[in-house]
Amino acid sequence: MKKTYADLHLCPNPQNTEQTTRMINKASKLGYHLIAIPLPANCTQEQIKTTHNICTNANVDFASRVDLNPKSPDELLHNLRKLRRKFEIIAIQCQSKPVARQAAKDRRVDLLNFPSLDYRSRFFDLAEAELASTSQASLEIDTKPLLTLESPTRTRLLANLRKETATAQALHIPIILSSGVSNELLIRKPKEQAALASLFDLHEEQALEAVSTNPTTIVKRNRQKLDSRFIAPGIRVIRRGKDC
Amino acid sequence: MLKKVKRRYLAVEIDSTETFDSRELMEALWKAVEKLYGEYGASKTGLNLIAYDPDKKHLIIRVMCSALDMVRAAVASITKINDKPIALHVLTISGTLKALHNKTEKQHQQH
Repeated sequence: MKKTYADLHLCPNPQNTEQTTRMINKASKLGYHLIAIPLPANCTQEQIKTTHNICTNANVDFASRVDLNPKSPDELLHNLRKLRRKFEIIAIQCQSKPVARQAAKDRRVDLLNFPSLDYRSRFFDLAEAELASTSQASLEIDTKPLLTLESPTRTRLLANLRKETATAQALHIPIILSSGVSNELLIRKPKEQAALASLFDLHEEQALEAVSTNPTTIVKRNRQKLDSRFIAPGIRVIRRGKDC
Repeated sequence: MLKKVKRRYLAVEIDSTETFDSRELMEALWKAVEKLYGEYGASKTGLNLIAYDPDKKHLIIRVMCSALDMVRAAVASITKINDKPIALHVLTISGTLKALHNKTEKQHQQH
């Protein structure tokens, strides 16, 4: 069966429609079928619709995403309560350990993202992975730093990524490979993304899953949940009326 | 008995508004492989330029089959050549040049 490739972290400036269109068209040309663009938390439904229309014209499926950068677990919970039903994907930029731990155990969080330059803030250790394995959070890895960073920093990042992917695999936490780029020349084909993942010892098959099955599963699951007929996993309204 | 050496041909598309000569491109490829895998790794790739069409912005290279993943990662990691922005995308991979041309043509027709 043909794979559906997805990039859940394309970062054009949402205010710049021209750049957004260019990047979406490029992603479509390179073989992506589903993309997600982080939007501001306070964006309107109209803004989401505009981006959706651009994607429809480019023949790509669009998933709305919000990146949260909370300073405390309380702020995270408050934001999740407010935004979970508005966006299809919620990603948390984990800047502190308490936030990372709270995000890992919360079932409303889809993606855990860690800063690539600050190695002390990469909190994806065994404890974090154990918490994430009980919820539905996935580990997101952006390939942008692998393209833009130079030798000593990139070497250190690769060492960290190798450790984190091994931990994630040991506890069956899905890994998502995203681009995280804001420049169209940095977008790579899905198979090239997978090849880049070989740098931190992710096998070809798993790397291809990280750009296809894993991200599409998240979007599919969340779309079902956001559907008005959804009651609980496996239960949904199929008919309404007096005779029911 | 000696094991037969398996090679792969890669058709690479050059995505840039600038123009480059074949020497610049091959140097950038070698540098990228060396940066990621060192001289020892680079020596295993058997990287070779087969053809370059600057008008179509297509490049054909030959690599060792065992080093295919390494070359793919190196190709993807190139973002600049002489401070000019560039992106290289692998279009098709094949075991023979004839099959590579056929696949590339088919892909062009589909687009």
